Amino acid sequence: MPDRRRFICALGGIAAAQLIAASASGQSDPFAPLIAGFTGGAPARPGRVTIETPLLADNGNAVPLRITVDSAMNAADHVQRIILLSEKNPRPVIAIFHLGPRAGRAQIATRVRLNGAQRLMAVAQLSGGSFWSGFADVIVTSTACWDES
Amino acid sequence: MAIARIQVPASPKRGEVIEVRIAIQHPMETGFRYDDAGRAIPKNVINTLVVRYNDAQIFRAELGSGISANPYLQFYAVAEASGDMVFDWVDDKGERGSQSVPLNVIE
Repeated sequence: MPDRRRFICALGGIAAAQLIAASASGQSDPFAPLIAGFTGGAPARPGRVTIETPLLADNGNAVPLRITVDSAMNAADHVQRIILLSEKNPRPVIAIFHLGPRAGRAQIATRVRLNGAQRLMAVAQLSGGSFWSGFADVIVTSTACWDES
Repeated sequence: MAIARIQVPASPKRGEVIEVRIAIQHPMETGFRYDDAGRAIPKNVINTLVVRYNDAQIFRAELGSGISANPYLQFYAVAEASGDMVFDWVDDKGERGSQSVPLNVIE
C-alpha cells in the first residue's frame, strides 16, 4: 500500500475519532457551562429539585411547568435562587427566580417556550451555599420558534 | 402599560402560606420573528418582575424570551400582616408596569 494512501487513511481515522469525541462531549452535558456560570464553578449535586411538565407537550409556545425544591424555607434554610435552563432553545437561560424565607414554599409554576423535544434543567442555590439540580425530559410535538404565532 | 391579572386569597390567616398568581398581558417578542415586509421584529420581553410585600421584596424573576407570551407566574408567600403586595415589571423597551393587591390578614 503506497505511503500516501496509508497517510490519508490515518487522517480519516483521526478526523473520525475527533468527531466522535466532540459529539460525545457535546452530548454529555450542554448545561455544564451554564450551570458553572450560575454557581460560580461550584458543583451542583443532583437532587432536591423537581421539574414537573407534561410528558408530551402539544404546543411548544406554552408548555406548563412547575419547579419544586425540597427546602424547609425558614430563615436558616431556604432557597435563594433557581435557574431554569433549556437544552435546545436559542437562548438557553429561560429564567432566574429569586426567592427568600418569606416565600414559605419553594415552588414556582410558569409557562415556557420550547424549541423542540429536549431536556430542561433547574439548579437551585440554597442559603447554605449548596447547589442542587433536577431535570425533566419533554417531548414537544409542535415546536416554538418555527411558526409565526 | 400592560394589564395584569393578579390572584391572591382574599383573607388569609396570619402565617398561612398563600398562592400568588400573576398573568401579564405582553407579547414577549422573541426577536426571532419577521414582519410581513421581512424586517426582523426586535426582541421585547418583560425582563424583570419584582414583588414587594409590605415594602420588602419577597420574589424577583429575571425572564427571557423562553417564557411564553402573556407571562404567567405562580409562587408562594407567607401572609405575615395586612398590607399591599406590589408587583413591578419592566420590558426591554423600558416600559414599566405596576399593580398592587391588598391583603387582609386575619389574626
